[in-house]
Amino acid sequence: MTETAAPRVQLQGISKSFPGVRALENVDFRLNAGEVHALLGENGAGKSTLIKIMTGAVSRDAGKMLLDGEPVEFASPAEARALGVSTVYQEVNLIPTLSVTKNLTLERQPRRYGLISWRQANERARERLKRLNLDIDVERPLASYSVAIQQLVAIARSLEEDTRVLVLDEPTASLDAREAELLFDIMRDLKARGIAIVFITHFIDQVYQVSDRISVLRNGRLVGTAPTAELPRLKLISLMLGRELEHTEARRTIGAAAARGEPILAAEGVGRRRYMGNFDLQLRAGEVVGLAGLLGSGRTETCKLVFGAVHADAGRVRFEGKPISIRSPRQAVRLDIGFCPEDRKAEGIIPELTIRENIVLALQVKRGWLRRLPHDEQERIATEMIKTLGIATPDADKPVGQLSGGNQQKVILARWLASKSRILILDEPTRGIDVGAHAEIVALIRQLCADGLALLVASSELDEIVTVSDRVEVLRDRHKVGEIAGADVTRENIIHMIAGG
Amino acid sequence: MDHAGSSQALAPSRWSLGELTSRSWFWPILALALIFMVDAVVSPGFFSIRIVQGRLFGSLIDVLYRGTPTALVALGMAVVIGTKGIDLSVGAVVAIVGAVMTNLIHRDMSPPLILALTLGAGALCGLWNGFLVAILDIQPIIATLILMVAGRGIALLIDEGLIVTFRSDFFSAISTGEFLTVPSRIIVCAGTLLFLWLFLRRTALGVFIESVGANSAAADLAGINAKLVKIGAYTLSGLCSGIAGMLICADIRGSDSNNAGLFIELDAILAVVIGGGSLAGGRFYLGLTLVGVLIIQGLTTSILVSGLPAQFNMIVKGVVVLIVLLLQSRRLRQSIVGVFRRKTS
Repeated sequence: MTETAAPRVQLQGISKSFPGVRALENVDFRLNAGEVHALLGENGAGKSTLIKIMTGAVSRDAGKMLLDGEPVEFASPAEARALGVSTVYQEVNLIPTLSVTKNLTLERQPRRYGLISWRQANERARERLKRLNLDIDVERPLASYSVAIQQLVAIARSLEEDTRVLVLDEPTASLDAREAELLFDIMRDLKARGIAIVFITHFIDQVYQVSDRISVLRNGRLVGTAPTAELPRLKLISLMLGRELEHTEARRTIGAAAARGEPILAAEGVGRRRYMGNFDLQLRAGEVVGLAGLLGSGRTETCKLVFGAVHADAGRVRFEGKPISIRSPRQAVRLDIGFCPEDRKAEGIIPELTIRENIVLALQVKRGWLRRLPHDEQERIATEMIKTLGIATPDADKPVGQLSGGNQQKVILARWLASKSRILILDEPTRGIDVGAHAEIVALIRQLCADGLALLVASSELDEIVTVSDRVEVLRDRHKVGEIAGADVTRENIIHMIAGG
Repeated sequence: MDHAGSSQALAPSRWSLGELTSRSWFWPILALALIFMVDAVVSPGFFSIRIVQGRLFGSLIDVLYRGTPTALVALGMAVVIGTKGIDLSVGAVVAIVGAVMTNLIHRDMSPPLILALTLGAGALCGLWNGFLVAILDIQPIIATLILMVAGRGIALLIDEGLIVTFRSDFFSAISTGEFLTVPSRIIVCAGTLLFLWLFLRRTALGVFIESVGANSAAADLAGINAKLVKIGAYTLSGLCSGIAGMLICADIRGSDSNNAGLFIELDAILAVVIGGGSLAGGRFYLGLTLVGVLIIQGLTTSILVSGLPAQFNMIVKGVVVLIVLLLQSRRLRQSIVGVFRRKTS
């Protein structure tokens, strides 16, 4: 490894807030020349914000950035590129219908007599690809090549003679093992030429295959940086999955009597090909079942299959002992199942509607469109829910889009409580929520459980899982790998199971 | 309320200017009032209404009368736009419905049956659009473009390429007659508005439509059948266009497939947007859409009575519409600033 005096990139005390979200808080990050630096963290941990700040796509609120010891201030990705800092984003942002050449020379075609010289352009495109040892027909449309080749073309496009830093955002997400290996060879080659590479991925194996150092982000903070060789898998997973128990109160007494008895919902071998491996799951009244696993392990997938948002193509479901197949959210709602999705903005709230309308929505769906809830009744339910859940709003007729993240989450919870759900599926109920609301929601989950609801809680925060769950299903690589119950529900046990102990 | 802080001091009493301008109805109503005022200046007696030969008579009535077909189409359009869709085929539906009606009249069926079949044809056209959008998942602008293009052809096929005329006292009474001195088509329009309001706002359908338009993924996860809601919205739009087509056809006593309802979709979309509906979906306003129609119609009238050459009509209309929209976007900006202020303080 070539060790230079100053690191290639040094970020100091970087902070960034978006309306309602604290994306990064006082993050220090050091990237050396000639290293592959893996950047890990859950969705919303701040990875993309960090690299966007590094590459000029987003401005920082506070902090300093040094490039080879020089303070820099990028106003745009173009400026960052001019100084040798390039990114390849997760979604390949090329134009599939154009030829490889056109994609590679999009904003700088060689011209002859004012016209584009395609011969020269092809030549340049080939040169660019040669840097990656790639020899393909550059005149064919990009879409005619595999995703792996497209990914390489995207890298070739970002790579200049003088590139100093290359950021690869989930480059292997849609590659198979062999294709990923091809990409790693190229990364090693680039590294040998002294380029500093930031590698974002959620495949732990790949981190150990190719990276020299690892940094982990969680909730907008850097929780650790270490050489890959000195960070065993178990330690890494523990870093990613959340803080040690600090302020959360002791777990509730286990073995709640209510939790015995027949399951309301029992899934047997439910799964979907290329989506989620078949799993068994029982949900009982008065019991919280946790779903634990790393990013991409299948937590959200499990929730969506149970709720019918994604069709299962295998397995059987029994609802109160009767066989049934839940084919749509509509049907799930009729069965008194509620689902608070992970991505509240995209799948949860209906921003233009008022808080009241959002709260009564599922109840209204159950009543059917003809039997509209009278306005007074809507008002009463909304007011009651606002009070019970402590939703901070002056009145119920404000558009829900104007609330903070925590309050939006409560509105969606209220929606399912108002509709008298008996099973509640919560996917990342506390993501992007500030500490105060976080504790409230955790307490609320326990309360709902005590009230006799059956809960399924998926979370990337291991402590949250340990705090709320009576039983934990552990997931890895889209398969259920085991179940832990009662007194065995501890951080250590879960981490061991995730790591494949 | 502790977060209101500074804005509390500015916080408006119920009728302060700030509060008023933030209401969704403020700018459209203001624009309409201004246009009527201009009308009253250039044409004294604009507001006077007399009874001539047992029928209300006056410029205001004339604006309402002429605006009726557009108003009907716009009401349906508002519902479709509420689902984040659009219906370009309304003009073609007007033509189809006219051709169907004319054809049936020549078959000597009983008028009420003809009326039912005619409106049914409109609803069927809407159902087709809904099928393309909701089931085949074609983008609304393309899906309805298909019928927009093909619809006049269908109408011409029914007419066998001719302009077919007819006489029908029943339909003349509905379209150009009057009832208790009020032009009957205005009653038809008011009845449609009442029906839509009851159907959408006194049931939960309106909220479902807005949910699907604002966030279709979230609506789906809340258990709403988004496909059915969309099909319903397009069918309503087809029905509304059908009523408009019936009035237009009965008005000219014939089916003119090439020209009936030509460009009516543009005025209808404009009316919806002037009335505060957003093409991004999520909210629709029936009453304000009618205000939008009156603005457009009032404008046309004022240009005519002011003596400006008719060719200025389109230009002036364009400019005024632009101004109304800009006024509204200022409202939008203010609300964005307002949100921002509340969040930061």
